Amino acid sequence: MEGALRDNTIFSSVYDFVLNHVVPDGWDGWEWAAYGIAAMSVIMLVVNSLFALTTWYTYFERRLLGRFQNRIGPNRAGPFGLLQPIADAIKLLTKEDTLPRASDRLIFNVAPVLMLATTFMIVAVIPFGEGSFLADLNIGILYISGVSSMAVIAILMAGWASANKYAMFGSMRAVAALISYEIPVVLSLLSVVILTGSMSLVDIVEGQSLPYLLVLPLAFLVFVVGISAELNRPPFDLAEAESEIIAGYHTEYSGMKFGIFQLAEFANVLLASAIITLIFLQGWRWAILPSHLWFLLKVFGTATLFIWIRATLPRLRIDQVLAFAWKFLLPLGLINVLAAAIEKLVWADPSNSELLLMATINWGVAIVAVAVFATAVNNGRHVPVHTVIAGVPPGVSSAEGVY
Amino acid sequence: MALNTQPVTINIGPHHPSTHGVFRMRVTFDGENIQDMEMVVGYLHRGTEKLAEERQYTQVITLTDRLDYVASMTNNQAFVLSCEQLLHMQVPERGMYLRVIAAELQRIASHLIGIGFFLQDLGAFATPVMYCFRERERILDLFEMLCGARVTVSYMRIGGVFADTPDDFWPAYRRLLDDLPNYIDELDRLLSTNEILLIRTKNVAILDPAQAINGSITGPVLRSTGVAWDLRKANPYDVYDRLKFDVPVGAVGDNYDRFAIRLAEIRQSLRMLQQCAIQIEPGPVRATMEMLFRPPPGEAYVPIESPKGELGFYLVSDGSIAPYRCHVRAPSYINLSLLKEMLVGWKLADMIVTFGSIDINMGEVDR
Amino acid sequence: MYGLGMAKGFGVTLRNLFRKPFTVQYPEEQPTQHPRFRGQEFTWYEDRCTGCASCAKYCPLGIIRIVTDPHGGHEQEGGNYKIEVFDIDQGRCMYCGLCVEACPFDALHMGTSFEAARNRRSDLVVPMELLKSREKHPSTWFRPQMERANYNPYSQAAEDDKAVGREPFLWHPKRPEMRSYSETPEASTGTNPPRNEDVLGNGEQE
Repeated sequence: MEGALRDNTIFSSVYDFVLNHVVPDGWDGWEWAAYGIAAMSVIMLVVNSLFALTTWYTYFERRLLGRFQNRIGPNRAGPFGLLQPIADAIKLLTKEDTLPRASDRLIFNVAPVLMLATTFMIVAVIPFGEGSFLADLNIGILYISGVSSMAVIAILMAGWASANKYAMFGSMRAVAALISYEIPVVLSLLSVVILTGSMSLVDIVEGQSLPYLLVLPLAFLVFVVGISAELNRPPFDLAEAESEIIAGYHTEYSGMKFGIFQLAEFANVLLASAIITLIFLQGWRWAILPSHLWFLLKVFGTATLFIWIRATLPRLRIDQVLAFAWKFLLPLGLINVLAAAIEKLVWADPSNSELLLMATINWGVAIVAVAVFATAVNNGRHVPVHTVIAGVPPGVSSAEGVY
Repeated sequence: MALNTQPVTINIGPHHPSTHGVFRMRVTFDGENIQDMEMVVGYLHRGTEKLAEERQYTQVITLTDRLDYVASMTNNQAFVLSCEQLLHMQVPERGMYLRVIAAELQRIASHLIGIGFFLQDLGAFATPVMYCFRERERILDLFEMLCGARVTVSYMRIGGVFADTPDDFWPAYRRLLDDLPNYIDELDRLLSTNEILLIRTKNVAILDPAQAINGSITGPVLRSTGVAWDLRKANPYDVYDRLKFDVPVGAVGDNYDRFAIRLAEIRQSLRMLQQCAIQIEPGPVRATMEMLFRPPPGEAYVPIESPKGELGFYLVSDGSIAPYRCHVRAPSYINLSLLKEMLVGWKLADMIVTFGSIDINMGEVDR
Repeated sequence: MYGLGMAKGFGVTLRNLFRKPFTVQYPEEQPTQHPRFRGQEFTWYEDRCTGCASCAKYCPLGIIRIVTDPHGGHEQEGGNYKIEVFDIDQGRCMYCGLCVEACPFDALHMGTSFEAARNRRSDLVVPMELLKSREKHPSTWFRPQMERANYNPYSQAAEDDKAVGREPFLWHPKRPEMRSYSETPEASTGTNPPRNEDVLGNGEQE
């Protein structure tokens, strides 16, 4: 057996079991079967864990949003509402699968599948713990940004095939926003790659003696904001702005196809949180707890940040979203790459104290850059500030002062 | 490169998460820019004015509850004021103070809903709605103490209010007046200086004061354009001439002004409620009158400042126990007449927000 | 500067995260109700009811149905009609309480419940037998004598019609003799708010 899975205990045990106990003696050349079965079982485990994690992430999000809003989230289905995702899944499975008459049937059916497929392809390169991954591509980061762009096509397909003007609105907005935000996201990833010297995710995690959150704060900011837009999370959720265009690109979907869209969206949020923990928060390192548990805690902690943003901020309009990407995030991303490149040139292999020095410089650069661009963006709009004053209608005698 | 584009007409609603009831618009878009808009209302028409012709005056009070169903007290107040005008009846002092207390509490409740749903339309996923409703629940508990019902209150009667306050009303009232300013400040902090809100709503959908006066716009929408016209000051009814309060007036007439004015009005209402509690004296709460209200033939119209604008009931009496004609001047319906002028030139995302900033209630629009 | 307003918003939501939720976990917890609540399950004292049908006439929706049998002749003043049918259609009732307001003998009172749902619309019509037989928890709406007696319908039933007292017909100046029916003293004019400023906090001295 070859490949990256040789250290994976599950893989190796299943492989050995199949090869030594199932295949009768004397049959040769059946390693491929054993390899196939073992690989499939690992993949099934990973995929199902992702599904389960995503569904319970939706439950976590609803409970947490409820607590932000002074109310309890779902707590009726099962103890503490833990079976709520199962109730949702059953509901979606038993719904009628509608197909608009004027729609393009093939594209309508393929769109959710494509969206979920991109999610699963990204899962392949994520290391969940010490030595625990499906594939350690040496171009991991490039692979991730390439594959996640395919989700844009899926959204466009969904909107077009729905033959619904609301859906077209939603998907057009989504495409514009998503492709605009690719660039700042890739730039922030680029700065991390420059500092590490490798695009492989495992190398990035192992190369972080100091979490890159401290060393590259501007990259973190740009990445978090950019990936929120990529995920269609508030405040950038104009693609599915419930109050305006009902549901955007998935208006016409019902039943499990809609379920697949929701699953893909929330799984993308979890994957984005996973990438943030791997790249900026040292992934699964820093032992007290076992590495998988640590990873899970960090992922959910980052997801809490997304939920907090969702609970607080209103939505941006499409032209404001695009302006934000091109005029605010892109310059910040470029400054970040420049700073990282210069620092890498000066200290080719930094020790911890040099990393701390880099961190201080980068924090300074970040604060100055954000302040400069924030005020520049604000001043460019010429919003006159006015106050609300007290008034008395003409002809009335008593005036009661100013509010 | 000249693209060959075509404007598209979309039908928004009546089934829509954000049309504040059943409201339909046919909007013509060029991309995302609004070019034209046509309103279609009537989906909630229940024939209130016709029903009122067949019911005694006191029974019509129960009908008026259901017009602007988030602000029932002010609907009641407008109607009974018109009825009292038919007879030139004098209302006892305490009755007037209780009316003003009920009306100002109702104004706070209605503005909380207006603000909450305006922020919800902007996309702040239900968080402001939950905070506003939490406070509104306490006001509705006060209404339950006053008259036994929370939403469709039927509290006011011709000649005053139907009954005095129970013993546990005033402590709860005091607690509300102590707590509410802090919560309003918190709501203010949550979103009034939020940059996203400011970008979305400042200088958007500006209404001209001359246009507004021409279009008979009243209420917070008119005051946001800069015209300082409040019926509680211009044409005082009940005890408003004895209360000191300010009238918040906007400067620009955009969406943000309409939102900020409602917040400021809540603060002014709290001020009035404090003064009412100090000034109120014991006494009868209702003028003595016949069981069946039978006014002489005549007509009456007493407009009040409801949370949505100028609300008035035009009553024509022919000497019998039921009104001959009862017409409701619904502020929401009239405020909607300028929606097209406000929207043309702006984007799809602004459409819902502007519509929410006018704060209408379909029960009133369609009657 | 861009971002400060948003930071304040984040602070507010964070603070609310740690507050107790405002939810009432119905049906395990019941919402608090005031004795004046205008609820379902009307209370009817048949000893007091004369069959005058003022409630039926005053109802805006006409949902009370009263059929009396006067033996073919007039009843004397002060007597009661024999009532054969007294139905209230709770399905179409809007709980405005005008019927309770109209009753000159304090025989009909609002109830206190809000859970009287049924599976069929015809089951929502409350017949006279049910009104007579079920437990009486009259709401104190429009019954100031019950409020003065501090009666709380949520803690006790009021089976005896003497217990609910009777209020003189306050707004009808033509029937002063009805005041003799009253067993309670002159109606008070209600409660006053506390007048001192320290109770109301540092309000404006106006």
